[in-house]
Amino acid sequence: MAFLRRPLLLLLLVTHQFLQLWIASGSVNEEGQKQEEFYEELLLKPLPDRKVLTHFHFQSSAPPSTSNGRHHHLFPKAISQLVQKFRVKEMELSFTQGRWNYESWGGFDSIPSSNAKPPGVELWAVFDVPQHLIDALWKNLTHTLSGLFCASINFLESSTSYSAPEWSFPPALGNLRYGTLPREAVCTENLTPWMKLLPCRDKAGISMLLDRPSIYRGFYHSQRLHLTSTGFSSEGMDLGIILEQTLTVVLQPNIQRASLARTSEKHIQPSWSLSSIFGKEVNGKCVLAETSNVYLLLDRSLVAELKQLHKENEKSAEIVLTSENFWTNSNFELSAKPDRIFIEESSLLSKNSSILYKFEIEKYSEFKPFDLGLTWKIPVGWMCQQAPLHASRFLMGSGNERGAIAISLISTQPSEGSMGANFDGERCELRVDVFQVVPWYVKVYFHSLQVFVDQQPKAVSDIIGTIHVSPSKDKVSPGVMELALKLPCNVSSAALTIEFDKGFLHIDEYPPDANQGFDIPSAIVSFPNFHASMVFLENDYLNKSPLLSKFQEKSPVMSYTEVLLVPLTTPDFSMPYNVITITCTVFALYFGSLLNALRRRVAEEERFLKEKAAKKTGRIPLLLSKLSAKLRGRRPEPPHPPPGSSSLVNSKLVLKVVLVAGLAVCWQYYIS
Amino acid sequence: MAETIENSHSDEKPKPRVRPIVRFGIFLVSHSFLVSIVCFTSGVLALFLLPVLAKNTYISENALMPGSASPMLSNQHVSDGNRLVKDLTNSNLKSSETGIESHKIIAQYMLDVGAEVSFHKFHPQMNQFHPLHFFSSPDSGKIQENYSCSSYGINTVGIIRAPRGDGKEAIVLVTPYNALTSSFGEVLSLGIAYSVFSLLTQVTWLAKDIIWLVADSQFGEYAAVSAWLREYQTPKFSSMSALNAEMCPDINNLFEIEVHSMAGSKFSNSFRRAGTMTAALVLKVRDQSEQFDDTISIYAEASNGQMPNLDLINVVNYLAVHRQGLRVNVEKLWSFLNLGWLKSLGEIFESLANIAKSLNPKFKFGIPATEYVEGTAILASSLYYQALGVPTGPHGAFRDYQVDAITLEISPKFSLDKVWRNDIILRGGRLIEGVIRSVNNLLEKFHQSFFLYLLTSPSKFVSVGVYMIAFALLIAPLPMVAASLYVDSNSSSNCSKGDSSTPSAITDTDEHGITIRSWRWLNSAKLVFIVHLWGAIVSVLPYFICQIPDCSPTTSFMIWVLLSILSLLILNSVLASPFACVKASQEKEWALVKSVTISSVFIGLGLMSVINFATAEIGALLMVPMCLLARPLKLDVRAGTFRSCCRIICNLVLGHIAFPPAAFFLLKGMLDGFGSANVGGFWMWVESLWAWNSATYLFIVKATYLSWMSKADARYQRNIFNIHSKKG
Repeated sequence: MAFLRRPLLLLLLVTHQFLQLWIASGSVNEEGQKQEEFYEELLLKPLPDRKVLTHFHFQSSAPPSTSNGRHHHLFPKAISQLVQKFRVKEMELSFTQGRWNYESWGGFDSIPSSNAKPPGVELWAVFDVPQHLIDALWKNLTHTLSGLFCASINFLESSTSYSAPEWSFPPALGNLRYGTLPREAVCTENLTPWMKLLPCRDKAGISMLLDRPSIYRGFYHSQRLHLTSTGFSSEGMDLGIILEQTLTVVLQPNIQRASLARTSEKHIQPSWSLSSIFGKEVNGKCVLAETSNVYLLLDRSLVAELKQLHKENEKSAEIVLTSENFWTNSNFELSAKPDRIFIEESSLLSKNSSILYKFEIEKYSEFKPFDLGLTWKIPVGWMCQQAPLHASRFLMGSGNERGAIAISLISTQPSEGSMGANFDGERCELRVDVFQVVPWYVKVYFHSLQVFVDQQPKAVSDIIGTIHVSPSKDKVSPGVMELALKLPCNVSSAALTIEFDKGFLHIDEYPPDANQGFDIPSAIVSFPNFHASMVFLENDYLNKSPLLSKFQEKSPVMSYTEVLLVPLTTPDFSMPYNVITITCTVFALYFGSLLNALRRRVAEEERFLKEKAAKKTGRIPLLLSKLSAKLRGRRPEPPHPPPGSSSLVNSKLVLKVVLVAGLAVCWQYYIS
Repeated sequence: MAETIENSHSDEKPKPRVRPIVRFGIFLVSHSFLVSIVCFTSGVLALFLLPVLAKNTYISENALMPGSASPMLSNQHVSDGNRLVKDLTNSNLKSSETGIESHKIIAQYMLDVGAEVSFHKFHPQMNQFHPLHFFSSPDSGKIQENYSCSSYGINTVGIIRAPRGDGKEAIVLVTPYNALTSSFGEVLSLGIAYSVFSLLTQVTWLAKDIIWLVADSQFGEYAAVSAWLREYQTPKFSSMSALNAEMCPDINNLFEIEVHSMAGSKFSNSFRRAGTMTAALVLKVRDQSEQFDDTISIYAEASNGQMPNLDLINVVNYLAVHRQGLRVNVEKLWSFLNLGWLKSLGEIFESLANIAKSLNPKFKFGIPATEYVEGTAILASSLYYQALGVPTGPHGAFRDYQVDAITLEISPKFSLDKVWRNDIILRGGRLIEGVIRSVNNLLEKFHQSFFLYLLTSPSKFVSVGVYMIAFALLIAPLPMVAASLYVDSNSSSNCSKGDSSTPSAITDTDEHGITIRSWRWLNSAKLVFIVHLWGAIVSVLPYFICQIPDCSPTTSFMIWVLLSILSLLILNSVLASPFACVKASQEKEWALVKSVTISSVFIGLGLMSVINFATAEIGALLMVPMCLLARPLKLDVRAGTFRSCCRIICNLVLGHIAFPPAAFFLLKGMLDGFGSANVGGFWMWVESLWAWNSATYLFIVKATYLSWMSKADARYQRNIFNIHSKKG
């Protein structure tokens, strides 16, 4: 690869324009059809709590064509085979570590709505086959993905771990299967196969930044793979696939602690650059990519804040924000000059519009690497835009018998915000969809669903518009609950509680770390009336950039709740020995007494005894028989107090033993 | 067993063979007197042997790995903690009339290190006595409508989210703090906690969330912690109280200010949660100085004698001793240390161990006499606090929700200079950091080590397998004596039948007579049941007495005594009178009553040992001799021998000692001198027991009626005689 790249980069230096033409012509299909394309983009966004969001976006697309056959230029073959074989219409797989902090990182934009994922693995897929075939395809798909991404996705195969949401999950289509593995640990072994799907791997272009240690040092890390295919014809050969790979990392720029202590610099945002947060720079674009851009996004409220600061400083400067020189101003400074600046169309929701700076990587090379840096000059504080309600979920109760799940929704608007919900006639309603999967050993009683709005209990039928419940079946399928809540717009808090009993598992169904507890996967809370989209003014260009066109798509605002940990009763695994011993003892006792009862012939024994009594022999034989009876532990014939005699014998014996032992002890003591 | 014995006695036919286990049983029963004496003495002896038999603790869970990482708490964090201490002491000088200021300071400090902060306001909920709620799980108590605005507390809660964790689990650090009368010890504990907290916001190894709860202890430490836990575990969504609290302008002010001053930060008005709690540490610093060394005391007993997992204590002990060089203390009964006979007992054990060692060098079970005495003192306090069922600190609230928790009390070698303060913050902070790091390593919840144990020193414990032996030996005589009494009474009635002086009912057929005789114990059972019923009534009475307003403890105790005597009379007149009609041989009837009583005691003690071992153990120590010796006074008086005189004296003494108030006075007198003991004190003590829903309360009441039971044996006989004489 390195051999190949060197001449390419040299060429890049010499004739930049020409090279571009050359590459374009190189990938052009001779038959004049649409070709396979690859785009690489990186979005950077400063976050309010001194962190930086980096969002890598790679998109490869394979247009429908009959000519290629089974071969592709850029598109990963493994994916296209997978799509063909399992008839996947749409699929999304995400590996996540850490939690998305909805409160400080925002929950309304399209980045959190589509890229904030629950911890662990989440997989959903839509199939283009009749209903009865889906489950089989899903099982095969999980195994394939498991092999492809070195993860235990194959555990989603069992019917207890996946579910089929009807309508509450946003790509609300039929034929959907959804499963999560909250406990899956995510690491480089999952990232490497993901990276292999990129045409340039991590050898060139933006993906060079993906330095494993710095990525996994981050506060949140989510790698996602989303693919959509268009049009299965009868043959299945000519299908177009769009593969979208995103990696969202929240990183904290290195800051000196000494500066933290000083109060004046406490509130100033840390300055960062690509090389400081990743430890690497971009040495030019991936030559196979159509476009290779880096964007810096300033949030709406941040822009508003900056404007405010500007006004205070200079009194005039209305157009400064849009002017070309905005990248170096009194508030902050960018180390590179942006190639283009986009401004968001101000929408109904907020007057402010966010600003996007575009940097083209093409212009940079190995000798002039791209390293974007942002230096703050004055302290700025802002808040990211939040979803209308902040959802959190927790367990109630204690003990090993029962408990309750509570989902609490708290309004993020400080006062009663008329937040542009749809006005349903005269009554303003805020629709909230809740999708919750509960494993079968948490036996949820759906009748115990209670709804509280603004701390007042409400009738379930008043609040819940639609409800779809499929109760769990023991060891077969999980319970699924889909709710559409209709809350008043000025709601300040709402809560749902539902009670459950904790079930018992069979001994071999326990995982190795059973005492940790069992996970209830995240619930999904979505707001269908709210759409996260950013519409930029210059539309002509945006169509070329998949990332920006993604921003313009209207996607419903979604958020995931926490994963819950339910402690269940666990057997004492460390002592199977005890069980074995007790069982053996019981069996021995049982069989011993059984055999004894079976073996004995009562009548015969009695006859024998009577005969003996009838004989009535002399004194000495009687004594002898007594003695023998005593020795054998039988009761002698004439009623005689046995305990007394036996105790007599015992006491004598004990006395002797004690004597001997005492002698021995004295002897030992004397000698020593 | 009793049935078979009876059969073997009554059957005239030659039995071909009696099985050895039955023969052994017969042997034991027929020698029950000797056996019970041997068993009881060996039981007591085994109890005193426990400190010798104690094993060294060891860390059972491998994942804990205490002390394997070097502490990261640096002087930087210590100075952070020191800053907080200074600020708080200054603020106290400025405005001491309201505690809100200092809570704000704490919240601001928490926010500065990047934690999420919330306030939790609560109204202290008095522990109320519910006679029937002893074993029910803690519920979110009743809503009380009229809270006054003045009586509320504010807990400040800071939460650090683990950067890469999934937020399923959390570790809780609690520092009780009374903002009104903030003593220096409390402020210092806040300083220690803050230094750890500021460290934990920076570390990369955190896998569980950290909750720091500054519990407002103006209504007691326990109340604040339990209020927070109640809100955490069983919140109420439709709460009137919260609305009421909103009405109070004072509280509202506080929150308004907070919201404004910290705009855009992680402060929130709502209650914040993290995941399932794995462990909790309560940190306190004692104001009084320790003479010799910096010591740390561990308090572990929660309600009803529940203990946290031994591993938690082990980790603290290991880190304190081997890493931070602190001396670790466990509570002990100090009066035990000066007991001469205990010392000599320890010396005897020591010399025995020496002899054994000289015989065979492999025998190493002896411990020095001083260590033995100390071990006994710790064991006694361990037994006492477990038996009492009252938690020894705020950690008890966690145990109600199955969270392992202990209280650590640091008592420093006192001197006021800054170096010393830094040293304490550094060492205490490193200890807390180490414990949190160990618990953070845990993949599963605490389950490896023991939950049932008694401590004899911070690093020695007696496990359930060992201490149960002593208990089993103590209660072993009970079934034997019961059986032998039953057999005796039956055989004697047989004899009386042979004399044909008995009433007509038995004479017609043999089998009929046997069935009647074999069911005769039901009468005694009825009597025992009535006495139990009376005991139950007596135990419920205080609940109603509580409702009487303005009662001093002494008067309410008097009311209690009067009412219980009254109820006894009523019960006796209503239910007990039919007994008088039973014209059995009165001399022997008491034996049946006693046998039924003893067997019920045996069952009760056995059950109690499962619920709360220590109570059962102490109860057995008191009740077993009483049960064994109880005998109607009249019979003994009539006999008039020296032996019976001794027995009378023993009975009377035991009967009075084991009567709970009497036992309480005696104990208190022994420990504190008799001056301090009064009747009201007992009432207070009992009241505290209800308040904690202690099962011990049930037990004590049980003991009460049992002790009266033995007297009731006598009294019953007297009653019967009286009635007979009247009839006569």
